[in-house]
Amino acid sequence: MTNVSVTVNAERYDVTDVEPRMLLSDFLRDCLGLTGTHVGCEHGVCGACTVLVNGDSARACLMLAVQANGAEIVTVEGLGSPEELSMLQSQFREHHGLQCGFCTPGMLMTGEDMLRKYPLATDEDIREGLSGNLCRCTGYQNIVAAIRSAAAMREGKKT
Amino acid sequence: MKPAKFDYVSPATVDAAIEALVASNGEGKVLAGGQSLLPLLNFRMVRPSVLVDLNGIKGLSYIEDRGDCIAIGALTRHRDLERSPLVATKLPVMSAAMRHVAHLAIRNRGTIGGSLSHADPAAELPMLATFYDARISIQGPDGRRTIAAEEFFVDALTSCLEPDEIVVEVEFPVLDHHGSAFEEVARRFGDFALASIAVSLRRGPSGLEAARVAVMGVADTPLRLRTAEEELVAMKLDDETPERFSRVVVSKVSPNDDLHASGEYRRHLLAQLSKSALQTALAAMERAP
Repeated sequence: MTNVSVTVNAERYDVTDVEPRMLLSDFLRDCLGLTGTHVGCEHGVCGACTVLVNGDSARACLMLAVQANGAEIVTVEGLGSPEELSMLQSQFREHHGLQCGFCTPGMLMTGEDMLRKYPLATDEDIREGLSGNLCRCTGYQNIVAAIRSAAAMREGKKT
Repeated sequence: MKPAKFDYVSPATVDAAIEALVASNGEGKVLAGGQSLLPLLNFRMVRPSVLVDLNGIKGLSYIEDRGDCIAIGALTRHRDLERSPLVATKLPVMSAAMRHVAHLAIRNRGTIGGSLSHADPAAELPMLATFYDARISIQGPDGRRTIAAEEFFVDALTSCLEPDEIVVEVEFPVLDHHGSAFEEVARRFGDFALASIAVSLRRGPSGLEAARVAVMGVADTPLRLRTAEEELVAMKLDDETPERFSRVVVSKVSPNDDLHASGEYRRHLLAQLSKSALQTALAAMERAP
């Protein structure tokens, strides 16, 4: 059993007696009660559990909770609130970038990282960036539109 | 979909990591980026007694210019290779291939040492190591040894690593070439390759002087096609060269049918990719100053 100290969404958590085999995704949901991070395939294919670890997107099902010791994590709860959506979240609402919502936390966290790292000049770039996230409502068109719009706003342009 | 129980250690040095592996009597597993190991753990396809996490070891993540080669530390993440200006100038084929390596979130975590050790026959880094004739440095209880990439990969998902050995560094010789190309087809962008080829060419006083060719997804390990390289250099360069080269490449491989594609389809893909890769590399060679 190991102790895990992490900062999640700017809040410090110290959890004792964490089993080494506990996945970061289960740790966030079951130990910290942050159920915004969704668990889909649990083998790194669907992208639903994507979170930011020290600023970089990562699959929470492909990391052990003990590996997150000392890390800074941002989950979808850290982006915005229902009253005050983040810029990317508001673009998802604007463009109807979600249907059932299951893939949405992963799409948003991946989108955050893409917006920070890539120019996203074309829809092809956006689709390439999203290729690791599955939406089984197949609402990709609107997700791409939401990110395209966020990419333009990021540069201070009007869409 | 939860791993079976294991112990976890996070050593601060490579020596301590090797000690932990030796103590596990072959039942331990090395954890680097975890992007191949964690799925295997979650499926319980592997059940190690102890996980030896390398992420706490300092000094294993670097990209270093050593003149005739670029040295890359085992814990260097795919994302670091993708954005490295040094890789872009000195290892252009690697630079072109990196965006095909899985997806952003995987590239942020996955490491070169981990990818080579996992030895997937359709993964880009093992293919790049084979293509560049990379020298893989391995540390074990008896010290360090260095092995050529072509000897490192033994079979699908099988390298020559002993259970108590760790990849610590990979040296990629810089090719003094003038044009190159990397081509790949996967079912979905970022997925493992159904077929892929890398080509690099050197121009001499009387045309094409040297060539480097490697393929993946069409055998149990990535392959450097030395005889195809020789045949290409001997070819007359005209409009038909890409077609002739493509026939030569396909004649060197005999992929099996599997769940993802028939052998025949993989050969078809490789033929098309060979043609366009050679066209691109030749055009770049001609443009080069």
